[in-house]
Amino acid sequence: MNSTPLVDGHAHGDGHRHPAHQFETMEQQKETSTLGMWLFLVTEIMFFGGLFTAYVIYRHMYPDAFAAASSTLDVKWGGINTAVLICSSLTMALAIRSAQVNWRKGILIFLSLTMLLGLTFLGIKAIEYRAKFVERHVPGDVLNEPFHFELENHHEAAVAQAQDPLYPRHAEIFFALYFIMTGVHATHMIIGILILAVLWHFSRKGKFDSEYYNPLEMTGLYWHFVDIVWIFLFPLLYLLGAHTH
Amino acid sequence: MAEPQHHVTPVSTYVYVFLALLVCTVLTYFAAKADFGLLNNFIAMAIAITKALLVLYFFMELRHSTRMTVLTAAAGFFWLFLMIGLFLMDYGTRMAVVLPVPGK
Repeated sequence: MNSTPLVDGHAHGDGHRHPAHQFETMEQQKETSTLGMWLFLVTEIMFFGGLFTAYVIYRHMYPDAFAAASSTLDVKWGGINTAVLICSSLTMALAIRSAQVNWRKGILIFLSLTMLLGLTFLGIKAIEYRAKFVERHVPGDVLNEPFHFELENHHEAAVAQAQDPLYPRHAEIFFALYFIMTGVHATHMIIGILILAVLWHFSRKGKFDSEYYNPLEMTGLYWHFVDIVWIFLFPLLYLLGAHTH
Repeated sequence: MAEPQHHVTPVSTYVYVFLALLVCTVLTYFAAKADFGLLNNFIAMAIAITKALLVLYFFMELRHSTRMTVLTAAAGFFWLFLMIGLFLMDYGTRMAVVLPVPGK
């Protein structure tokens, strides 16, 4: 027996894989993994859901400050990152498909591409974060650089001031939500890339084929879920003030 | 048990979904550029939900999942909808109410 904790469904003498002992069939084993993974994802929906709810309420309270703060984000980078993530979801799906059709080299190729796209996303995110640090749009008093927000256009600034005298403070709330939500999302990406690296290692050892690829499929569910979170973050964070600027 | 028990989706299907997601992303950008007032929010969320459903249905294989799995996923999103909806019902209806002062 040379099974590992991560990889069940090892080959026996008859050339076919058998499920772990608590399961009747490979099919049942896969169903169990899928349902368990979805239960985990439901907790993730709740986890991100709390942040989205906080966002919705504060935006409802301070719509103008949120739009002004949102328009300082770089839509170009946000848009490119959306495309990068969608592309990584495609390569993740193709990695699983490669296992289904027994193309072992394909699993390695597509897992590598998925990791590369994930790292690209994080690199672009780092560029964006850096810009926010330079502009002092980081909430609080980080590195003795207090948060500072000011509308460049004097007329707009006067109008904003009249509507909401505390608008820089309310813009700070937007940036707090921006950093928490994108930060937690990026943390999920880092964890995802680490899991993909482990899967790449197991794939190289030939652990996955058309009869057994549960870990690939479960990681795919996680990866696509993180993609969905970004699909909502992009319009909510980047495009609020688009029609006024 | 010799044959694997899964559906192999053609590569073309995945590529079409990928292209649809890209088109939706471009669409959401231009929709945000135009000023539809409050409708902007609804358009942005309608496009985002469409994209999420495409990912759920095709990439996350909900179309080939058991009813139990689909129910679990739906329950998660339904609960999220309830939470945001009820919060908005509260905050959306908060306004200064001037009560008559007793004795006047």
